[in-house]
Amino acid sequence: MSNGLDVGATLDGFRIEEQVHSGGMAVLYRVSGPATGFPLLMKVPRLGHGEPASSLISFEVEQMVLEAIDGPHVPRFVAKGDLAKVPYLVMEHVEGRSLQDWAGRAPLPADDVARIGAALAVALHAIHLQDAIHLDLKPSNVILRPDGRAVLVDFGLAHHGHFPDLLSEEYRRPIGSAPYMSPEQIAGGRSDPRSDLFSLGVVLYELATGQYPFGQPTSERGLRARLWRPPLPPRAIVADVPEWLQEVILHCLEVDAGERYPSAAQVAFDLTHPEHVGVGERGRRLRTPGALSVLRSWLRATGYEPPEVPRPSATVARASIVLAAVASTHSDEPQADAIRDAVRRIMAAGGHTRLAVVSVVKPTSELGGSTEEETASRQRIRHLVVLRHWAEPLQLTAGQVSFHVVESADPAEALLAYARANHVDHIVIGAPPRDVALRGMLGAVSTRVAPDAAPEPLAFFRLLGTVSTKVAAEAPCTVTVVRSRTP
Amino acid sequence: MRVALFADIHSNLDALTACLAEAEALGAERYAFLGDLVGYGAEPGAVVDLVAAHAARGAVVVRGNHDAAAVAGGTDRMRDVAASAIDWTRGQLDARQLAFLGGLPLTVRQEDVLYVHASAELPDQWIYVSDEYLAARSLAASGGARYVLSGHVHEPTLFYTSAAERPVPFTPVPGKAIPVPAHRRWLAIVGSVGQPRDHDTAACWAMLDLERHTLTFRRVPYDWRSAAAKIRAAGLPEYLAARIERGE
Repeated sequence: MSNGLDVGATLDGFRIEEQVHSGGMAVLYRVSGPATGFPLLMKVPRLGHGEPASSLISFEVEQMVLEAIDGPHVPRFVAKGDLAKVPYLVMEHVEGRSLQDWAGRAPLPADDVARIGAALAVALHAIHLQDAIHLDLKPSNVILRPDGRAVLVDFGLAHHGHFPDLLSEEYRRPIGSAPYMSPEQIAGGRSDPRSDLFSLGVVLYELATGQYPFGQPTSERGLRARLWRPPLPPRAIVADVPEWLQEVILHCLEVDAGERYPSAAQVAFDLTHPEHVGVGERGRRLRTPGALSVLRSWLRATGYEPPEVPRPSATVARASIVLAAVASTHSDEPQADAIRDAVRRIMAAGGHTRLAVVSVVKPTSELGGSTEEETASRQRIRHLVVLRHWAEPLQLTAGQVSFHVVESADPAEALLAYARANHVDHIVIGAPPRDVALRGMLGAVSTRVAPDAAPEPLAFFRLLGTVSTKVAAEAPCTVTVVRSRTP
Repeated sequence: MRVALFADIHSNLDALTACLAEAEALGAERYAFLGDLVGYGAEPGAVVDLVAAHAARGAVVVRGNHDAAAVAGGTDRMRDVAASAIDWTRGQLDARQLAFLGGLPLTVRQEDVLYVHASAELPDQWIYVSDEYLAARSLAASGGARYVLSGHVHEPTLFYTSAAERPVPFTPVPGKAIPVPAHRRWLAIVGSVGQPRDHDTAACWAMLDLERHTLTFRRVPYDWRSAAAKIRAAGLPEYLAARIERGE
């Protein structure tokens, strides 16, 4: 078993081109090989003196997990070498900048923290949906692609719900990176996707303040301090940190996983919609909670056990984001009621479902207001009032629901774009009334014959028909098309 | 080499044919039957004939406690329901079928793989491998096999050995190929074809790929209504029909 590979040598069809990194655990080489359409990186674990390769459990874990997950937020898996022969891992050589570079320049402006944080949350959500948990999120394990998307690297401590957790039984002591490790990991828990959200909170804190929320403890006792000693609020370190950002960061850093965001997608949602973050005491505080509160936390921490969790994707599925497409212009009461009923049934399934009520309206410039700015904002408020009123019977709390008025001449595309950008899991949208759907089709035929012949109301209903059809056909998630009962 | 694994068929022909069809469709190259071909269900003769036909083509077949009891009697160690089913089963099998069951080995070793119905430690004592401790004893008695493939316990479980050679249990996710590299040792309880007991009525089987070193546990929905109706029609205890209707 060789530790160093020579430039020009070949291994299982891969030619070593250049050594690009030499770390304590592994050496990285740029390699060429079978055409994949992207540059290749080979990772070869470093072997201790007289140590069999099979003892490199974290390398085995990385081989196993990386092969099982895909998408733009992880390096693409290409090949692996048998641990009993020549252990290696060939994957996509991700081009971009390490998040470490950004962390070195912290504190960063809130906009940058939110943008990077949202990219990170989206990447975490992508692996959680595939039943994987990273469990070692930190700036040096993140590469930001030139297009802004985040790629998670180094899955050596990861957990995958489809496979035996080879690491869980090997170590008596907690495994992870001390500044970023969640309370569950400190207590030995390795199956909760919300552990990654805690680490995300640490990264956000670090980017916003330039400091670690819990320092860099070296002892297990030091690690456990985060179970009862709350971090200094970011705003106490950098006064410019907005309340909403502090709210998001401290929400991620809750000791009890059940008190954190239920999914990474919901963190991404808040980081991309600061105006919808429900800021509470957590976001406003400028000092750590008082001694009595800390004592209470300390008492609770003494009996701390990580929560029992099902498979990662099941946990995430209970935290879905539901989009209700509600018309704020044309009033069709029975249909609005039917959409609300459908949403109520979905929300009643329990979990931590979050509702985004969206209305697509024509761009204000087309409305021909005289003082454009003023007209636009007045219009917007009018639409929001309608949406809020629609949602009132659902009796949702502030953090559970948000309202969005989107301006677009293409409602279907606007709804689809919103669903993609916000990782929506379920769209609820109204169907055109039955007879109108038919008339709409006839109308479409007649327009072809005489373009000006279709009367205005028909044009509207025809549009409605195409919107739900297009959304149902192209949505990245489940779509419920709702029709009110006709007598 | 892809090896299809079937355990605890228990005279359930409907379940077995459903599993065999899927195994064939997925390109199984070797078949292994891990004991308890008979007992509980209503079609012992047809199941034995089907398995014997596979054996004639080279399939691995090992003996289970119900197979042994059907041949030799000796049902004093079984519960009443199992014992009455065994008495009934004996009456259903002809001399050729009984001879086939009587000739089955307790274990079969092929390269890195040991096939055994219960624990490899005293295989004729039918010890349930129901925890880490018992898995460790079975692995220790397996003559150094990398893969010990068993049944007897009806719930699918995969034990892998940690660096300290301590087995750790894992409940597999059906249909997901689990990497089982040969530098570790593995003990798989593949789950029951004919009498699943984990509240899922679907039949269990598993495929071991010895080239890619993966093990995939599978579930196949089958016509358990038919199997239960046959149990009732045969006059076997009602409890045995109800069990497969509920998967418990």
